[in-house]
Amino acid sequence: MKFDTIIIGGGLSGLISGIISAKKGKRVAIISTGQSALHFSSGSFELLSKENNPLKAIDSLPASHPYSKIGASRVSELANKVPELLSEAGVAVTGSAESNHLNITPLGKIKTGWLTLNDFLTFETMTDLKGQKAEIINIKGYFDFYPEYIALALRKLEVEAKAQTITISELERLRKNSTEMRASNIARALEGKSLEHFATELNRIISPTTDFVLMPAVIGLANEKPLDTLRSRLKCPVYFIPTMTSSVPGIRTQLQLVTHFEKLGGKFILGDTVTDGIIENGKLRSISTSNLGDNVLSADNFILATGSFFSKGLKSNFDKVYEPVFDLKINYLEHRSEWYNDDSYAPQPYMNFGLTIDGDFHPIYEDKAVENMYAVGSVIGGCNPLAEGCGAGVAILTAMHVAEKIS
Amino acid sequence: MRYNNTKVYDVIIIGGGATGAGTARDCAMRGLSTLLIERYDFTAGATGRNHGLLHSGARYAVTDQESATECIIENRILRKIARHCVEDTGGLFITLPEDDLNYQQKFVDSCTLAGIPTETISPREALILEPSVNPALIGAVKVPDGAVDPFRLTTANVIDAKMHGAEIITYNEVIGFLKKGTQITGVRYRSSLNGTEGVAQSKIVINAGGIWGAGIAQLAGVKINMFPAKGSLLIFGHRVNNMVINRCRKPANADILVPGDTICLIGTTSDRVPYDQIDRMEVTADEVDILMREGQLLAPELARTRILRAYAGVRPLVASDDDPSGRSISRGIVCLDHSERDGLDGFITITGGKLMTYRLMAEWATDMACKKLGIDAKCETATTPLPGSEEVKEVKRKRRQRAKQYIKDFSYGRYGKKSHVIELSTEQKAAAERHGTLSKRIVNKNYGDEALVCECEQVSVGEVNYAIEELHVHNLINLRRRTRMGMGTCQGGICACRAAGILGRAGGCPQESLKDLKVFIGERWKGMSPVAWGETLEEMQFMAWLYQGVGGIDLKQ
Repeated sequence: MKFDTIIIGGGLSGLISGIISAKKGKRVAIISTGQSALHFSSGSFELLSKENNPLKAIDSLPASHPYSKIGASRVSELANKVPELLSEAGVAVTGSAESNHLNITPLGKIKTGWLTLNDFLTFETMTDLKGQKAEIINIKGYFDFYPEYIALALRKLEVEAKAQTITISELERLRKNSTEMRASNIARALEGKSLEHFATELNRIISPTTDFVLMPAVIGLANEKPLDTLRSRLKCPVYFIPTMTSSVPGIRTQLQLVTHFEKLGGKFILGDTVTDGIIENGKLRSISTSNLGDNVLSADNFILATGSFFSKGLKSNFDKVYEPVFDLKINYLEHRSEWYNDDSYAPQPYMNFGLTIDGDFHPIYEDKAVENMYAVGSVIGGCNPLAEGCGAGVAILTAMHVAEKIS
Repeated sequence: MRYNNTKVYDVIIIGGGATGAGTARDCAMRGLSTLLIERYDFTAGATGRNHGLLHSGARYAVTDQESATECIIENRILRKIARHCVEDTGGLFITLPEDDLNYQQKFVDSCTLAGIPTETISPREALILEPSVNPALIGAVKVPDGAVDPFRLTTANVIDAKMHGAEIITYNEVIGFLKKGTQITGVRYRSSLNGTEGVAQSKIVINAGGIWGAGIAQLAGVKINMFPAKGSLLIFGHRVNNMVINRCRKPANADILVPGDTICLIGTTSDRVPYDQIDRMEVTADEVDILMREGQLLAPELARTRILRAYAGVRPLVASDDDPSGRSISRGIVCLDHSERDGLDGFITITGGKLMTYRLMAEWATDMACKKLGIDAKCETATTPLPGSEEVKEVKRKRRQRAKQYIKDFSYGRYGKKSHVIELSTEQKAAAERHGTLSKRIVNKNYGDEALVCECEQVSVGEVNYAIEELHVHNLINLRRRTRMGMGTCQGGICACRAAGILGRAGGCPQESLKDLKVFIGERWKGMSPVAWGETLEEMQFMAWLYQGVGGIDLKQ
């Protein structure tokens, strides 16, 4: 099979590359093993979350940073296009690249973000919500949501908060098995009729003077319809708090992006893994996958969007860090004792490891740039996504930059 | 925790490791009024940082007959009194091509002399018994080694001490002694949680502080020469071996591989460390290299097995009193009568020894205390099963008795009916493994109690609540030690926040519970960092993503 562009990896970065390429009329395929980091997403994307004005701070980043490789003016140009790009896929977000906004984390921290899904409560300053009355509603028997922590955050915002639990018979059924009460299972249960029951019960228990309701993000797994339904039934606004163990809004975002990509004519190959490829004379000729056996896939261009360690785009063993599919060159510290910092809460050096790339995002194979291959997202490293708060920004912007550039 | 500060106890025990807990049990069983004070948590020192090996004594047979004999005797005792803490895995001493096969005969003879039964088998037989063993082996000897869970063992001793009337306080550090002339009359202590100070009076004080015992003795004004020896270990994510595998040679680095629960452990290294470093035990990359290299010689499969974490403990080695240079070290039990040794009355130090001999150490210390108090009571700890390990018949009788009592108290509905378990679920079976017959106390009395907190180790909400209510749980690390929550492959990534939620609700202070969560995750990372490659690195990055990325716990800049 022959494509114009093949993208390896179906997470945020791979899907954005795919959507841009497909919009340009290319024949594009994405190969995805299934889960991605989006499945554990906070639902809030960060550009440079430690900065008040992220765009202004780009200039002072080191040359090795992916943003520096894109270029400051190009970063602003691309960043400003992202809300519309996402909304075309049905992913509605709030926020701007000029100024970070605030939102509440599952552990009751107030965190800055660039673009946040409309599911969540966002605000500009710590006093925006002052004096309001909120109700924190948890689902009875659901242990991945901590109303006490959320109450802490609300106290900081000077919001008057009250906590309650809710249940309906359809959810009680889940509780019979000790491991069923999980975010995605609840989301599957809260659709159609049971969602109506849920809305009725919620309306019954919340007090008439409540300004808004906060509840765990356990609604709307496949699309935003259940969210719209709930919003239209409730007598006050409802916002969600991300959950730690798996992210219903993150899974939904991924599904929406996949659907959009397919609508644009892209081919999403799910449940397959690229095993190796043939690189000759500085070009990747073809790739093999687990499912296709001897049938190889070839394309004019390839985009590698396989993610960092926990997405298995990078691997490591006792004495080295390596790129598992093509054995591309990696930028990392040689001695294992330098990979980590003894202080757990200091930035960890391994977070910065990734592919060595040239100025055009070509990875290096046997000391030579692979000219029809590009690397995007967290597989390229060169930054610390947690310490700098730039994980989603790097994933989205490197993908847009590369996919727009490929002719 | 409140207790009576006008009361004069017969004995105050300092230290909540196996030795301290065992001593509290022994004292309480002999009718002494007993108070145990622990600086942090039970098993926080060397007790919780070793192999969990139920030594047969074979390891010491050639070099130290006395220790070997003590071990085999205690081995047999623990199999009876601590059934729910012990697993009879059996052990192998293997000879590899690079070892001297002649040593094997010397080893077998020494074992026989110490009363340790051995069986010399062929390499082929060894491979059949233990398929993970290095197939290059040239000799093998079977010995009655096993695995012992030090957390369970200590908890069982604490529970029994309390059942016999002992009072126990954790998170209080002894900061000084009360004295009348040459007589110790009690201790001054300070809360490690909020700094509140207090005093407790007693006729005798027993120092069971392990390596920290040197500092405690110093507070009392006496000097004990101790040499901290750091031992590092690695925990693997699954059970590669079913029998304990040892190298048949003079004891050296990383030559014991012990299976335990769902995991296995390789250790240890042995390095002298300065006394001021004993509270900062971090495993270095070099130590990991040694453990990996030597471990693979015992079981090659280890090279391909995920490592969960690395940790290190400190052995309390004591210099012999008759050697002023401090070079001659006793590896056996050291029980010091400071009245005879230093002219300080009412003060006893019990140290040296090993986890295997904790009960014997407790017996020696209690014997000495009884003699000083003029009390003539026999030690019964070698024959009385620990709570959790009673014969089932006995438990049934006790339960009937309890049920009757509850009917009397009009509370039958609360305990009687619900504690009647008809069919055991997976998590109940896991709990039964952990708490033995005591698991019957985990009554799922509240809504949602059956839900799982920790999926790796099958810990339910009910078990967490039981631990909070009955097992001195103040924080997540305590909870991990009592239930194994967070010890599995996710290393707490998924379950710690759940448990923090429950613990925070029980304690009523979400701010504290958040701090606790941060400490717990930090502590998990500390153990993962030195082995951060492969899946462990992936897990660490995932946890960082969850707690810092999604949860928003701040990084230092």
